[in-house]
Amino acid sequence: MSKEYEMVIGLEVHVELATKTKIFCGCSTEFGGAPNSHTCPVCTGMPGSLPVLNKQVVEYAMAVGLATNCTINQNCKFDRKNYFYPDNPQNYQISQLYYPICINGGVEIDTPEGGKKTIGIHEIHMEEDAGKLVHDEWGESSLVDFNRSGVPLIEIVSEPDMRSAEEVIAYLEKLRLIIQYLGASDCKLNEGSMRADVNLSVREKGAKEFGTRTETKNLNSFKAIQRAIENERERQIELIEAGEKVVQETRRWDDNKEYSYPMRSKEDAQDYRYFPEPDLVPIVISDEWMAEVKARQPEFREEKAIRYAEEYKIPEYDIDIITSSKKLADIFEETVAICGNPKKVSNWLMVETMYLLKEKGIDADRITFSPKNLANLIQLVNSKAINGNVAKEVFAKIFDEDIEPEAYVRENGLTSVNDEGELRKAVEKIIEANPKSVEDIKAGKVKAMGFLVGQTMKEMKGKADPGSVNAILREIFGISE
Amino acid sequence: MANIISDETIEYVGILAKIELSDEEKEQAKKDMGNMLDYIDKLNELDTEGVEPMSHVFPVDNVFREDVVTNGDDREKILSNAPEEKDGAFVVPKTFD
Repeated sequence: MSKEYEMVIGLEVHVELATKTKIFCGCSTEFGGAPNSHTCPVCTGMPGSLPVLNKQVVEYAMAVGLATNCTINQNCKFDRKNYFYPDNPQNYQISQLYYPICINGGVEIDTPEGGKKTIGIHEIHMEEDAGKLVHDEWGESSLVDFNRSGVPLIEIVSEPDMRSAEEVIAYLEKLRLIIQYLGASDCKLNEGSMRADVNLSVREKGAKEFGTRTETKNLNSFKAIQRAIENERERQIELIEAGEKVVQETRRWDDNKEYSYPMRSKEDAQDYRYFPEPDLVPIVISDEWMAEVKARQPEFREEKAIRYAEEYKIPEYDIDIITSSKKLADIFEETVAICGNPKKVSNWLMVETMYLLKEKGIDADRITFSPKNLANLIQLVNSKAINGNVAKEVFAKIFDEDIEPEAYVRENGLTSVNDEGELRKAVEKIIEANPKSVEDIKAGKVKAMGFLVGQTMKEMKGKADPGSVNAILREIFGISE
Repeated sequence: MANIISDETIEYVGILAKIELSDEEKEQAKKDMGNMLDYIDKLNELDTEGVEPMSHVFPVDNVFREDVVTNGDDREKILSNAPEEKDGAFVVPKTFD
């Protein structure tokens, strides 16, 4: 019988913080500027320049630590990590080694087996991002853009507590949601504002000792993470079965080839010679400051879910979708505050909004429409001023341009005809034009009525309430509900 | 001199610092580093049990900036420090990770 193996996985997650400026200088963190247009002597490592810490970075890091049950190191400071690489203009990265801001935390995840499990967080530290290297296809050179140099990061280092790719994904989803709820980052894997490095080893099931681990980098999607984990598991098991040794190394995942390869070591030496950063003074976090940050914490997903069930009485399925994004949850609550009808609001968000988001390939946190306009739309439908089909059309406009539904309906003549006399006239005209259907209905084929409703809607150019049309037809044919 | 720096050590430190030393410079550096370590040994004679390591010489903490953009686009000036420039970027020898 072949041996059974288990994986031991720990993650290093880098998250770009949503500050307006860099960690140590007043340069903008805005993405997509012309190369080096957001740079200064500090973030390009010019001699004599001095860093000054952005207070917001400390607050975001503290907020994430508090939300992940960490202990806050109330006396923390920065250290220098020394290495040469062209994207690192100072030849050192300012990071935290000895006294990281947060330690000993953890988050609870749902396991694939249906249970709960806590994934420990060893530490969270603050550091600066490096610049971007662009490789010149033809030339013998590379180009460096320092716009990203000095963008604030937190690195969240987990304990080696995960045993499967599913647990890794669950842990990342959990972190992402907490951080998004805090507004500390948008956490987009594909845009690099959240990056996960996977430390993985395998061992025989039941073994106490860890195997030799590798670190895999360059994972830009949940799919890539899943594949890379499976791939690395296979690779290590094959080595072990063949009697070879796993080499401790850093590997780079190639998403197109679905294969990882060892990264060329940076001059072999992984000797960072950390020492306390002399250009920055220590950070002392008072109890009051910590309490302030804690008081500003938002209501998180789990708490929201409980409240939604009690307060709004919407199904668990709805709650799950709506609380999957802080933006959706905010829109939901604000809309209900205006127009009530929580289930109807939920339906618009779960069905039409999700459909349009998917079709346009955008994330829920990029929604631009206002709760007020969604609430007005729901009120228009409730008062039968417009019918369901028109409402969908109007909603698409609200979604794209945040138009005011009432004005839009008026200007485009989309108001439903609710005048009984006018509706009756249209119905009678259709009955006259369709004697065959009338015969069918009289012969007991009530289904044929659907055709007459459709024809009447067409006659009314879609601006009628199908329910009212139906009622008139039933009355004429003497058919009860 | 109590501390003797080996040839391997000076070679390794040279690699880390990305500098090339002549044989003469190596000998001098070995001597200097030995002297420095001797001085550290001297400091180690002190009993520092229970003393918090000092992280900074000034009694100052919590020096912060507010999160407000204060720098504009200064790339002309920044790039004027580049030995070579192309498309608004610093040119460096071809580098892969």
